[in-house]
Amino acid sequence: MRVNMTVNGEQRQADDVWEGESLLYVLRERLGLPGSKNACEQGECGSCTVYLDAVPVCACLVAAGQAQGREVRTVEGLADGDRLDPVQQSFVDAGAVQCGFCTPGLVVAAHDLLDRVPEPSDEEIREALAGNLCRCTGYEKILDAVKLAATRGADA
Amino acid sequence: MEFLRPATLPEALSVKAERPGAVPIAGGTDVMVELNFDHRRPEALLDLTGIAELAEWSAEDGTVRLGAGVPYTRLIEQLGKRLPGLAMAARTVGSPQIRNRGTVGGNLGAASPAGDTHPVLLATGATIEVASVRGTRTIAAEDFYLGVKRNALEPDELITAVNLPDTKAPQQFSKIGTRNAMVIAVCSFGLALHPEQGRVGAAIGSAAPTPRRSRAAEDFLSGELTDAGLWESPEPLRDSVCRRFGELVAEGTEPIDDVRGSAAYRKHALSVLARRTLGWAWQEYRAGERSCA
Ligand SMILES: Cc1cc2nc3c(=O)[nH]c(=O)nc-3n(C[C@H](O)[C@H](O)[C@H](O)COP(=O)(O)OP(=O)(O)OC[C@H]3O[C@@H](n4cnc5c(N)ncnc54)[C@H](O)[C@@H]3O)c2cc1C
Ligand code: FES
Ligand code: FES
Repeated sequence: MRVNMTVNGEQRQADDVWEGESLLYVLRERLGLPGSKNACEQGECGSCTVYLDAVPVCACLVAAGQAQGREVRTVEGLADGDRLDPVQQSFVDAGAVQCGFCTPGLVVAAHDLLDRVPEPSDEEIREALAGNLCRCTGYEKILDAVKLAATRGADA
Repeated sequence: MEFLRPATLPEALSVKAERPGAVPIAGGTDVMVELNFDHRRPEALLDLTGIAELAEWSAEDGTVRLGAGVPYTRLIEQLGKRLPGLAMAARTVGSPQIRNRGTVGGNLGAASPAGDTHPVLLATGATIEVASVRGTRTIAAEDFYLGVKRNALEPDELITAVNLPDTKAPQQFSKIGTRNAMVIAVCSFGLALHPEQGRVGAAIGSAAPTPRRSRAAEDFLSGELTDAGLWESPEPLRDSVCRRFGELVAEGTEPIDDVRGSAAYRKHALSVLARRTLGWAWQEYRAGERSCA
């Protein structure tokens, strides 16, 4: 089947999509957007997190056909050209990126949190990121990164 | 495989009547896992997310009608006050990403003994509204769960909504898991006070082949509260009453040993959850009664 959707502000079309395919597969393999990572395909790790109609979801659990006519925003759509989004820059500056596999999903989840709650408490950050696994950092640097991004947001 | 995208409920029902093998998909948080791992290869997927009426809720005459396709996050944000027990259960589901997609309709469709909404639906006396081209019928929650991952739906039926009492009476949900987020329940417990009926609703999850009501415990506690006139003048509950309530809940279970916990642990944990949630709910009821007086 054919699936049309808006991805990062652009109208995109994917052809020959298998009906049981996930949105994640379409993004990575058909539309050439490898930012969202595929680690578990069962909603456990959050590394595939994207916005679907402005709501963060696991792209691996959305059937491709369910994205027909909808708006998708991936980690690739957060930066403004070469200028990283403040959340992305804070991950780099705080040392919250090691292997980087979990980073795109965490950045989208953190981006959504700061959109809704500009000055989150530690508990709110922990709860918002509870669906994202990282095997490298031990999470402390990730918490630092979100707090740094919050401060920068407040300064901006 | 086919991907079917009805725009209205009548359209979805006629598709389901013609293609009973088509698998409904709402949030997809159960269905997609099965597809991704090749555990299921249905002839067709029937996407319900384009049907606006399934994603709505309304409140009328003391009842909240919750569309089957309302995601947990919206239920928590919009119905936290009207459906406190269900909102509590929804808050414990998966992670934000899962709660943004997952629905009560999908929890019922999957009918896992561990599904978090089930004990609350049973304790509150919810009814499940299901529809087909033959018409609409309403199934009491306690008649809905037939076996492990089996429910009372006919092959041509879809779940359209869940009806729950719109009440200020205290409700509780409690779940045991190995951490705070992203865990399937080792066991869970739902409690609802129904002061206007002089009755208590109580139900367990993950401790029998299906979610089920704790009838003996309900009857015991309802009797104690009514006989002692406690609904009208809510004194603190005697410790022996709370303990007996917990014991009866534990006796009403049929847990198994599995990787998540032993049967003995589940029984014990449920007696504790029952006692604690009763303590919280009763304290809230007393506070509410005092502020009215
Ligand atoms: C990582 C992860 C964590 C999870 N954690 C929890 C948890 O903590 N607690 C919990 O209870 N569950 C949990 N789940 C399971 C799942 O999220 C819930 O069962 C959820 O409620 C399913 O809703 P859905 O809309 O995504 O259902 P779907 O996956 O779309 O559907 C589930 C089933 O219901 C059927 N169905 C859906 N809607 C209808 C309808 N309207 N009429 C008839 N049939 C229908 C489908 O055909 C399917 O059989 C988790 C899942 C994942 C992937
Ligand atoms: S790949 Fe989607 S949650 Fe892990
Ligand atoms: S940085 Fe490696 S998984 Fe998080």
